[in-house]
Amino acid sequence: MAESAATQPSRSRDLDKLLLRPGNLVGPRFEPSAQLRDDVQNHARVLVVGAGGLGCELLKDLALSGFHNLDVIDMDRIEVTNLNRQFLFRVEDVGKPKAEVAAKRVMERISGVNIVPHFCRIEDKDIDFYNDFMIIALGLDSVEARSYINNVACSFLEYDSDDNPLEETIKPMVDGGTEGFKGHARVILPGVTPCFECTIWLFPPQVKFPLCTLAETPRTAAHCIEYAHLIKWNEAHGGTAFDPDNPQHMKWVYDEAAKRAELFGIPGVTYSFTQGVVKNIIPAIASTNAIISAACTLETLKIATECSKTMSNYLTYNGSEGLHTKVAEFERDKDCLVCGPGVLIEVDTSVTLQKFMNLLEEHPKLQLTKASITHRGKNLYMQAPPVLEEMTRSNLCLPLFELMGKLSKDVIHVNGMTNKNNQKVSCLRKLRVTFKGVDGVTDMDTAGGA
Amino acid sequence: MAEPKVKYDRQLRIWGEQGQAALEKSSICLLNCGPTGSETLKNLVLGGIGSITVVDGSKVEVGDLGNNFLVDESSVGQSKAKCVSSFLQELNDSVKAKFVEEYPEALIETNPSFFSQFTLVIATQLVESSMIKLDRICREANVILIFARSYGLTGFVRISLKEHTVIESKPEHFLDDLRLNNPWLELKSFADSIDLTVQDPVAHKHIPYVVILVKMADEWAKSHGGKLPSTREQKKEFKDLLKARMVSQDEDNYKEAIEASFKVFAPRGISLDLQRILNDSSSEVDSNSSDFWVLVAALKEFIANEGGGEAPLEGSIPDMTSSTEQYINLQNIYLAKAEADFLVMEQLVRSILKKIGRDSNSIPKATIRSFCKNARKLRVCRYRSIEDEFNSPNLPELQKYLTDEDSSSGGATFVGRGAMAPPKPLNFHIAVGIYILLRAVDRFAANYNSFPGQFDSATDEDIPRLKSAAISLLSDLGCNGTALAEDLINEMCRFGAAELHAVAALVGGIASQEVIKLITRQFVPMSGTYIFNGIDHKSQLLSL
Ligand SMILES: [Zn+2]
Repeated sequence: MAESAATQPSRSRDLDKLLLRPGNLVGPRFEPSAQLRDDVQNHARVLVVGAGGLGCELLKDLALSGFHNLDVIDMDRIEVTNLNRQFLFRVEDVGKPKAEVAAKRVMERISGVNIVPHFCRIEDKDIDFYNDFMIIALGLDSVEARSYINNVACSFLEYDSDDNPLEETIKPMVDGGTEGFKGHARVILPGVTPCFECTIWLFPPQVKFPLCTLAETPRTAAHCIEYAHLIKWNEAHGGTAFDPDNPQHMKWVYDEAAKRAELFGIPGVTYSFTQGVVKNIIPAIASTNAIISAACTLETLKIATECSKTMSNYLTYNGSEGLHTKVAEFERDKDCLVCGPGVLIEVDTSVTLQKFMNLLEEHPKLQLTKASITHRGKNLYMQAPPVLEEMTRSNLCLPLFELMGKLSKDVIHVNGMTNKNNQKVSCLRKLRVTFKGVDGVTDMDTAGGA
Repeated sequence: MAEPKVKYDRQLRIWGEQGQAALEKSSICLLNCGPTGSETLKNLVLGGIGSITVVDGSKVEVGDLGNNFLVDESSVGQSKAKCVSSFLQELNDSVKAKFVEEYPEALIETNPSFFSQFTLVIATQLVESSMIKLDRICREANVILIFARSYGLTGFVRISLKEHTVIESKPEHFLDDLRLNNPWLELKSFADSIDLTVQDPVAHKHIPYVVILVKMADEWAKSHGGKLPSTREQKKEFKDLLKARMVSQDEDNYKEAIEASFKVFAPRGISLDLQRILNDSSSEVDSNSSDFWVLVAALKEFIANEGGGEAPLEGSIPDMTSSTEQYINLQNIYLAKAEADFLVMEQLVRSILKKIGRDSNSIPKATIRSFCKNARKLRVCRYRSIEDEFNSPNLPELQKYLTDEDSSSGGATFVGRGAMAPPKPLNFHIAVGIYILLRAVDRFAANYNSFPGQFDSATDEDIPRLKSAAISLLSDLGCNGTALAEDLINEMCRFGAAELHAVAALVGGIASQEVIKLITRQFVPMSGTYIFNGIDHKSQLLSL
């Protein structure tokens, strides 16, 4: 059998060595076999979130690491400035949806691979969409988008009565990010390793200039640009919102900034710098994206097969001054609202859905407004779209206990707005609801911990 | 249309027009275009490298379709170099893509002068004997060389050239050049012209912290026999003095002054790193010296004379709370001093050039200006020849790595196949183990005409063979009695020289990033040998 594998030309020549042979530094459940390779090919579905610099690399790397069932989701269209690193796109693709072109290009070159593109926002998909994947690979450049996917993946997580995560509900994520010569790759096993929210301090909010500096004591080119962008634009264009993708708008801001800089004797306002400040452009190069995506792909393969040890759990790469790589083992925040066992709420069986929503607003840990509530995939109340709102409105006056099928306790998911750094942000929360005085079934330990 | 400029916008923001021009002028040769080589080159072609030449003698096999994105179904049976080169051309038509269908090993043997036409050679998947020969050729011809290899879940990247000097090292964290504790005349008189006790609260909270600190440092020195705060107590006292000058709690300028007071306590003069460069024998220049060392020679004179122990002033100041007028005035004072220092440096450079018999205008003004601006951040990187390292590695380092006990990674999650308890997998230990085994597999291949575990049939007998190859290598290097992790030897045989796409993309990504730093002469390239450990990602840089 070994002989035939060696003589027959096989596409998986190199990968087979890793997946078909027993190893010493492997995970406890590694079962080397052709079956394992075929299972990865046929059954392991991976979702790639983002079809940009990281996403293009991820799709290629995953497809060539034995994953033949991929989906990719991205709402953006291809721009000229993508072409220095997003190698699946050509000049003639500019303007087309990234997800569609990326999927097509990889399928053209690697036979047997099936990639389903989704040209839409990540919020447009039902939560169930995300549950269909074995692993979610994130190639994103925004904290908000990471946070959203993290919330979704963690919402699948369930705990047993001892607050231990139920293995089959863990939705693994690998997450990459780059900036210039630097990047990170991390493995998130919700309930086991810290989720994005547990270590949110790794992404400090961007410092904004005080408005009085912009208006009264500008000193730098950036001050002049932000004055034109944030103050002067509204004064001059009352109703029209500033659109960073509109070249005329950008030109106007640049001209105004240049005038202001001249007035105060401040050097350094250029058109390119204006774009950088206004759009908060993060410099990006092909090599760093390649490094980080490859690290994420290796970890995806390890999660799926246990063919080697898993990286635990946060890799940083910095190539700007020499070469520094480091793996940090971050710890979970046991009280994390996103990946923790969930906020326990104890209510009377008589509490109506409307009353319950009021409780969520008042809850000190949650402060959740504009709540949309689902229970086991069923919509209890939806704020939008209007059709759904109307359909679910009548539930508001019904008792939550009845709406949840008279279970003594269960998990519900709430989507809404909350306060973070004095800003309203959208959030998804997992709540463990228990009903007071429902016979026999109430777990005293859990209820006592409310 | 300025299309290329738009296309490269996101990278121009990192290395600028000059860096881009250097890339577009360069000519790169790739040896072996398996996935490691292909991925390295792909990243460079996207960035707009000048020209590429792909050298590979092999034909595309079905197995290549599973690990190399740059070949496809229609390539099977054709020259791999040709297929890879034509795909790369498709990626960016402003790059000149060529190929040579020949095995690199043969080219190294028969046509060493071939390599002198390139700016840089990327040598992938070469065995030890070819690496040594190629290294000799490239050093002789002053061609930059970078090695990259992927091997199962491991790999390495190594730069080789005699010397690489960097003016624009662009460190992320570097102390501003403000001279708060050593102000020149104009800065001091500007500070003197501002009254810290001004009554107007708006004026008070807009005095730039640079002015506050220059004045307060001066005040302190006057009452402390000319000395600045040095002990912990004194530093605290100094900060308390600053705090006492605040007239209200919302004075950001004073908060900034307290936060920046460490800049007053910092030593005057130049850093040890810069002193080391000045002391380098290359700074004794002659007509063969590079521009960099001529500039260093001038810098040495500047520091000893006009600079009074300091390098030329950088000339920029960070943003700080201030009225616009005072900030601009301050900025101009720093700029004027930087310009004056530059003019002195220019004279020094011109006269040194004349002294060593070169055209006194042969170093452009812009280069001297950039050198002055970055004088405190100069970097010199030197690399041992491969032959030297392979024959006589830095033994104390090697021994240290081999015995380094790192308790943070006692791998409890491993299942061992062997009956004996495996040695603890240690960070450095594993990296050195990989280093030794990557060399041992080449010795193995020289003996048995295949890599350990390359064919399924021989895996079991290959394990002891690889082990003895590794032990004999270690003993040749003078390391006796050191145990290599049994587990790692087994893993290397399991890998069987497989070139996994993800590992190749990672190793190739690192190699291409280093190429960019070497060609743009910006940022600092890696030193030593980077050992990639894809098992748990605890990769290491070894200085052997
Ligand atoms: Zn969490």
